[in-house]
Amino acid sequence: MRLLILVGTAAQFAARVILEAVRPPYELRETVRQLFELGCRSLPLIAASGFAVGVVLSMHTRASLARFGAEALIPAGLALALVRETGPLTAGLLLSGRIGAGIGAELGAMKVTEQIDALEAIAVDSFRYLVVTRVVACVIALPILTSVMNLTGMLGGFAAETSITGMPFRTYFRLAFSSIQFSDLIPATLKTAVFGFIIATVASYLGTHTTRGTEGVGQASTRSVVYSSILLILANVLLVRLIFFFYPV
Amino acid sequence: MVDAPAAVEFQHVTKSFGARRVLDDVNFEIDAGRSICILGRSGTGKSVTLKHVVGLLTPDSGHVLVEGENISRLSSRDLSRVRQRIGFVFQNAALFDSIPVGANVEFPMRRHTKLSEGEIVARARQLLAQVGLEREYDTMPADLSGGMRKRAGLARALALEPAILLVDEPSAGLDPVTAAEIDALLVALRDRSQTTLLVVTHNIPSARAIGHELIFLDQGRIIAQGTPAALEASDNPLVRQFMSSEGGG
Repeated sequence: MRLLILVGTAAQFAARVILEAVRPPYELRETVRQLFELGCRSLPLIAASGFAVGVVLSMHTRASLARFGAEALIPAGLALALVRETGPLTAGLLLSGRIGAGIGAELGAMKVTEQIDALEAIAVDSFRYLVVTRVVACVIALPILTSVMNLTGMLGGFAAETSITGMPFRTYFRLAFSSIQFSDLIPATLKTAVFGFIIATVASYLGTHTTRGTEGVGQASTRSVVYSSILLILANVLLVRLIFFFYPV
Repeated sequence: MVDAPAAVEFQHVTKSFGARRVLDDVNFEIDAGRSICILGRSGTGKSVTLKHVVGLLTPDSGHVLVEGENISRLSSRDLSRVRQRIGFVFQNAALFDSIPVGANVEFPMRRHTKLSEGEIVARARQLLAQVGLEREYDTMPADLSGGMRKRAGLARALALEPAILLVDEPSAGLDPVTAAEIDALLVALRDRSQTTLLVVTHNIPSARAIGHELIFLDQGRIIAQGTPAALEASDNPLVRQFMSSEGGG
């Protein structure tokens, strides 16, 4: 029963986010600030992780394709794997940790210290100012960060490949990009906008409903990561199914 | 000739949280430019009373009127308008801990006035000087003592020159000299600017200094109401005990 109530109120919360996001007044300055805080500050993590993932994927791809004498397909194979699935999902899960935990903790701390009440008392719509801005910022940031992850992943793949075969930079990326079509890149990248919505909405909901002081703040932060990660993975299954429906192989 | 409505009026207000009744048929009114101090043991609904005035809580039954308007029936736009006429000093100040003290005080002015940047900064500095925090403009709230945070919260509450000021425990955490200075500031606001004061306090000397009238809450009900002298002569032993103490906040 409690789970049903939680799901119901969370769904109402999510619906309200969408409604308030499309209706003025818009908190543009705060949204841009959140885009910087959540998006730009995540770049080092995404770039470093993408590079590392690219190196590891390249090694695994080499090991698999070498059995069939198809090492020449490594750049294309890696690029496709990154762009279609590994990049979006890895970026989403990494950011559910960084952004989700951060939003959950920040809004949870604001809730238990009455800062949200203070905003309302100063006649500021706390839902628009705190929640909608973060959700919009994440919806914008995730596809951009995913693209960064894809690019740095390919760089990592290049680094791994060139260290073994000495393949030139231009050759590697020509082979990599030649394999990528619109149906590979755009839907997979745009689905991360849905990931951004999930991460920010779940974390904002848990943060703004925090109770029980610092213990509650910790729980809000942890649950933000866990719940958003689970929902993200489930949403990914549905979204991939949808992508294949519109872009069958 | 029609009398001006009371600045704040509670009409048969009842509020419960779960099974616990926090306010039980509370009735009182404050005329503009007057001051009432709410006394009572911890957990008797004093802070809850203040939150009803600014619409952070709505009564289960009864009405809360601010300058003749029923707070719980206002549209969000009208509620915003009314809230801009009310300053609220929270029990723990509720400063926005991600921005410095000066930016906290500037915040209401940036949101709701057309003052120039220079005017906003000048007024914020003036308000901080009034509460003895002129050197803390660039200090982060986490680096202030509890008493200093309370004073910064008071400066922020005064930013929009409110007609009604709600203060939750103004003397809490302050030394006797500073507490007396804050009391004098509140009295000057009341007398010079005709600001209506509704103050929650445990500090009997402060209550005597600030309040035209005192209200004593016990288990959510008003058990005594009147001038300080009237409460000192109350039949109720709890009220007499409170009034005879010289305890601070």
